[in-house]
Amino acid sequence: MRPNDRMNITLFIPCFVDTCFPEVGRHMVRILERLGHRVTCPEAIACCGQPAFNSGYWDEARQVAGKTLHHLRDAEAVVIASGSCGAMLKVFYPQLYEGRPEAGAARALSERTWEFSDFLVNRLGVTDLGARFPAKVTFHDGCHGLRELGIKSAPRRLLEKVRDLELVEMTDAETCCGFGGTFAAKFPMISTAMGEVKCASAADTGAEYMVSNDSSCLMHLQGLLSRQGKPLKTIHLAQILDPQ
Amino acid sequence: MSIAAQQFLEAAGSITRNLRHRGLIQTALRKYEAARDRKKSAFNDWSAARQSAAETKWDAINHLDTYLVEFASKLEARGTKVHWCPTGPEARDTIRGIIRDAQAKCIVKSKAMTAEEIHLNEALEKDGFEVVESDLGEFIVQLRQEPPYHIVFPAMHLTRDEISDLFERELGSAPTREPEELTMIARRALRRKYLQADVGITGANFAIAETGMVSITENEGNARLTSALPRVMVTLLGIEKVLPKLEDLALFLPLLATAGAGQTVTGYNTLYGGPRQPGESDGPTEWHVVLLDNRRTELLADPEQRDALHCIRCGACLNVCPIFRNVGGHTYGTTYSGPVGSVITPHLRGLQDWKHLSNASSLCGACTEACPVKIDLHHHLLQNRRNAVGDAPSWIERLAWRAHAFVVNTPALYQFAQEVGRIVEPLRKRLQGTPLDPVQSWTRTRDLPPVAGESFKEWWRNRR
Repeated sequence: MRPNDRMNITLFIPCFVDTCFPEVGRHMVRILERLGHRVTCPEAIACCGQPAFNSGYWDEARQVAGKTLHHLRDAEAVVIASGSCGAMLKVFYPQLYEGRPEAGAARALSERTWEFSDFLVNRLGVTDLGARFPAKVTFHDGCHGLRELGIKSAPRRLLEKVRDLELVEMTDAETCCGFGGTFAAKFPMISTAMGEVKCASAADTGAEYMVSNDSSCLMHLQGLLSRQGKPLKTIHLAQILDPQ
Repeated sequence: MSIAAQQFLEAAGSITRNLRHRGLIQTALRKYEAARDRKKSAFNDWSAARQSAAETKWDAINHLDTYLVEFASKLEARGTKVHWCPTGPEARDTIRGIIRDAQAKCIVKSKAMTAEEIHLNEALEKDGFEVVESDLGEFIVQLRQEPPYHIVFPAMHLTRDEISDLFERELGSAPTREPEELTMIARRALRRKYLQADVGITGANFAIAETGMVSITENEGNARLTSALPRVMVTLLGIEKVLPKLEDLALFLPLLATAGAGQTVTGYNTLYGGPRQPGESDGPTEWHVVLLDNRRTELLADPEQRDALHCIRCGACLNVCPIFRNVGGHTYGTTYSGPVGSVITPHLRGLQDWKHLSNASSLCGACTEACPVKIDLHHHLLQNRRNAVGDAPSWIERLAWRAHAFVVNTPALYQFAQEVGRIVEPLRKRLQGTPLDPVQSWTRTRDLPPVAGESFKEWWRNRR
């Protein structure tokens, strides 16, 4: 790597990853640093504002998003540890600020923001991180990453390069797991049924792990699997990719 | 909470636990998806076909004022009577008037979701008329006194055995598991009705402005019999059904068949241009086309969601929707279920009463991806949520989001909240399974991950 290729990466660890899945963030820091980049994690911001936004409270969402927008304004590249929060920054901030003074800043941030796997493959051009993970896995496409950001092949290209890992596709890879943010709490019965369909589809492949690039889906799915005593486990992509 | 919202929650609560229903619908719709994908691959470029269809419908909807007048005047030139009905009750009264004038007794009807929308059958039955549904699926749900389960597959929630039992009970037929035999039982019952009927009521798939024609798509030939045998034909359609040109059907017929049912082209596609003309030997002597607005023009006035009027009622968004696939069609309590129903019902029947449908979505976007006319369905659900809050915010929820904003924007407070989470976790765990558990809507079916001993931010700070 030439010195000029060294990037200043601002890693945005969303609130629920920070609180419940800090290991996902730690793996991301190690992976990006090992590739020779400088990583910073802004401590002043915690949330992207999506929960209020999805609930229809756009004024309250802007109270959160405004701070994030401000603190990320000078970032060279923002890498975000969730497809869903990534979609909030990339797709929904420009809508949230349409016709407002911050609209330009929101569009500029959108262009500089990357979901983690997309950043590795399509910005850095890296697929082989030297990892080894001897297990059969299946990949769950988080909806926001898949349909709002159009990320389908990046995580699979990364997994294909992992030593001793066997990737099998499930029938319902692209079907929503049923998390959906506040939906999971407002309509728990529907959310649970959707999660059960997803877990059954993943289990049918015979995989030991269901991998995703979105901890929010995995929080819901692991919650279901643990409660039902199922052997299938969930794991974040970054945990597999970091050779430790 | 509205009555409709309470009913939705109750119905969803019970049906999502019904594993038989879940299995039936998942299996049926996985088969649909496989068939649809095979037919999609026959298009040179499916995404270009969708784009072209979306542009054609955009043109049609944005010039509805001229296309509708063109459509009506071409129809009238060949002797069709066109009725403009701003509301459901006006459309119902118009059709009742036509039936009274025709001194009809028996009415046969082919599939029309618009008729469901204005509750036409109930109104006619109240007037003492016999109305017989001639589409097999609709015939079955009519015998069960149920609304259609799905806008394209009205009886998809029933097994062959259930249909056989129903026919045995209602029609006195012998039990059978053979689909052909079940179809023949329905056919024998229906053929008599076609011959008796004085009036045939149909819906429409497309209204061609250029030629003044109605296009009807079906797989059973029942709409052709419904329109051809009775002396009076009535066609009820929403004003959004317009297509500018006849040649547009070259795209829309295969698009509808592929997206709706995984077929190359639907079995029967018929164009209706007018009642029996001088010198012709068959066809209805009178044809009434009833154009229904029923708040569609209000949706047209909304630039953000106007594209919802592109909908060709193919049902593709229902078929791929994981919510629909788990709660089924009846749970919605609406004429139009699934994503498109959740988008348009608040416009047709009131946002505050029907906003719960826009909330009952994980916003996964499978609907938008499947829509053959590219309606931005899941983003419209987000807009409905925003509009519902704008019109009538819940002050408790607003306060909660303000508090949330204050906490996540204040690092010391945010860290304190995490610390509180750690401290109360053992207590919360003890309360799990009781009504005192503050997060029971999550923990009733799922484990909750604990707050990590060291958050990422703490690790980051300590590391430096």
